[in-house]
Amino acid sequence: MTFYNTLQESEACLRNFDAHEISRGSVIRAVESESCSPERLLTLLSPKASDDLELMARKAHEITLRQFGRVIQLYTPLYLSNFCDNQCSYCGFNARNRVPRKTLTLEEIEREAAYIASTGLKHILILTGGSRPHAPLSYIKSAVRVLKKYFSSISAEIYALSEGEYAELAAEGVDGLTIYQETYHEAVYDRVHKAGPKKDFQFRLEAPERAARGAFRNVNIGALLGLSDWRRESFFLGMHAGYLQDRFPNVEISASVPRIRPHEGDFSGFEQVSDRDLVQMILALRLFLPRLGITLSTRESPWLRENLVPLGVTRMSAGSTTEVGGHTIACHDAEDASQFKIADERNVEEIKAMLVARGYQPVLKDWMQL
Amino acid sequence: MEDLFRVGGREFQSRLLLGTGKFANYAVMKKAIEESGSDIVTVALRRVDPGSQADNILDFIPPQCTLMTNTSGARDADEAIRIARLAKAGGAGNWIKIEVVQDNKYLLPENLETLKAVEVLVKEGFVVLPYMSPDLSMARRMEDAGAAAVMPLGAPIGSNRGIKTRELVEIMVREIKVPVIVDAGIGSPSQACECMEIGCAAVLVNTAVAISENPVQMASAFRDAVMAGRRAYLSGIPEKGGLSGAASSPLTGFLSDEK
Repeated sequence: MTFYNTLQESEACLRNFDAHEISRGSVIRAVESESCSPERLLTLLSPKASDDLELMARKAHEITLRQFGRVIQLYTPLYLSNFCDNQCSYCGFNARNRVPRKTLTLEEIEREAAYIASTGLKHILILTGGSRPHAPLSYIKSAVRVLKKYFSSISAEIYALSEGEYAELAAEGVDGLTIYQETYHEAVYDRVHKAGPKKDFQFRLEAPERAARGAFRNVNIGALLGLSDWRRESFFLGMHAGYLQDRFPNVEISASVPRIRPHEGDFSGFEQVSDRDLVQMILALRLFLPRLGITLSTRESPWLRENLVPLGVTRMSAGSTTEVGGHTIACHDAEDASQFKIADERNVEEIKAMLVARGYQPVLKDWMQL
Repeated sequence: MEDLFRVGGREFQSRLLLGTGKFANYAVMKKAIEESGSDIVTVALRRVDPGSQADNILDFIPPQCTLMTNTSGARDADEAIRIARLAKAGGAGNWIKIEVVQDNKYLLPENLETLKAVEVLVKEGFVVLPYMSPDLSMARRMEDAGAAAVMPLGAPIGSNRGIKTRELVEIMVREIKVPVIVDAGIGSPSQACECMEIGCAAVLVNTAVAISENPVQMASAFRDAVMAGRRAYLSGIPEKGGLSGAASSPLTGFLSDEK
């Protein structure tokens, strides 16, 4: 049994759930309840519940304060390579896109690391494209050995690995794994992942549980909002996070809520996900899973990020670039080789100042190599 | 007679211990600690950033306070032991609050791994205060292993529900010789007062102060509540009576009847 089985059961719940039958009373009960039933999550995500966002927000804020305090943890991504063997229609690294490709050398990684460390950040997220030949596990492990000198906690967002490989990475000193399913809709998944190893829906879907068994401390999942109906995606994301929390109680589970951003490539036809939708999604996840970490990237605008802070967010990126060598090496006048366009370009000091002004403590260090 | 709080071979005035997580900033945290009158403050080593000029939490701990590093984030005895050693090597002293949590949903402690860490760290010379689920036999084992106090939870961390484990904690208070300190779940001064009234040696509070609209004032409210509860306990709280007056000797009255 894996989450693939739970996904199929959850699909049956979704089919049997009639959102038109949801009354205001059932929304209020769902807000106050502590039940982990799929129906409660569906109710919180329903169109009817969107009339009561303020009610949901007050409860979500109160839960977040009690569980996590007036604290936001900061990190930044470090792109090691943008070579990719996949053809994901929503991504700038798509193998068919003609963009400059690069894999950082260990010396270049050290230069990037020294720069990022000088901003005070202690938590880093390393990323590669989906190309094993250009960024093999041995290369990632070498990168980790360099980065350990500069950062107290390292997470990775890379192509899906086997359980044994995840264990190797954890043993090397990687604390966390970030991996997005992109979409929980198997047919849509098949359509937007045109070719490459990532096309295997189930192997991707089961990666977070392989990582949890492989001894990672943190596992961060996500769905790329815009590929399919956001309510449906949010429901399965919540069910997936709940599944992982239940089975791996000693692993901290968190979720990202990325909306599709402009990128190199020609795919269009995405579903619109409004700010209001995003807010409802964050609130529903917080109410459904009080201990869930919620990560918010620089995909969102400064204005929106600031306003989302009290609603349930626990972790934010700062001083981000989505380009390989983007901190010290890439020439920004050259062709665009970023994974996607970021919307919040503020540096670490500016993000810290914003959080302080909002009454939140920016936390730069929340773990260390033991 | 002066009522001092004796723990770990030392004596303290205050019976309120304060946690340092969840505050909006370190300046407010520092004022709250000062206002609380706390003599012992716990800091998670995971949050200590000695390299940081402006943001090193240890710079905001009032110098008169005893620092008790905690092992927040440890998932087993081995990690807790390593964190304790790192803390000591980093100059954070040898007072350690052991927190071993394998349950991220409720943050409930893992008593068996906690015990293992107590056994090792006591031998290494640490003053060890284990955070635990209120279980008498575990508390006895920790006491036997040399724990300086035991710290049963009142309710899950951050729940603000109060001392839901009261009956179990009362048994511990009666049976355990080292101080029993209620840690976690205390959401309001009245709940802290209740812990003191039933004879706990001290309470540890964090969330209720840190996320209050006015942490500094809330810290002083806890200070007063803990002192009030302690004084009441020392005074001997009379038993509660029933709502109606009791009939005189309905069961033993026959002894004075004439035969």
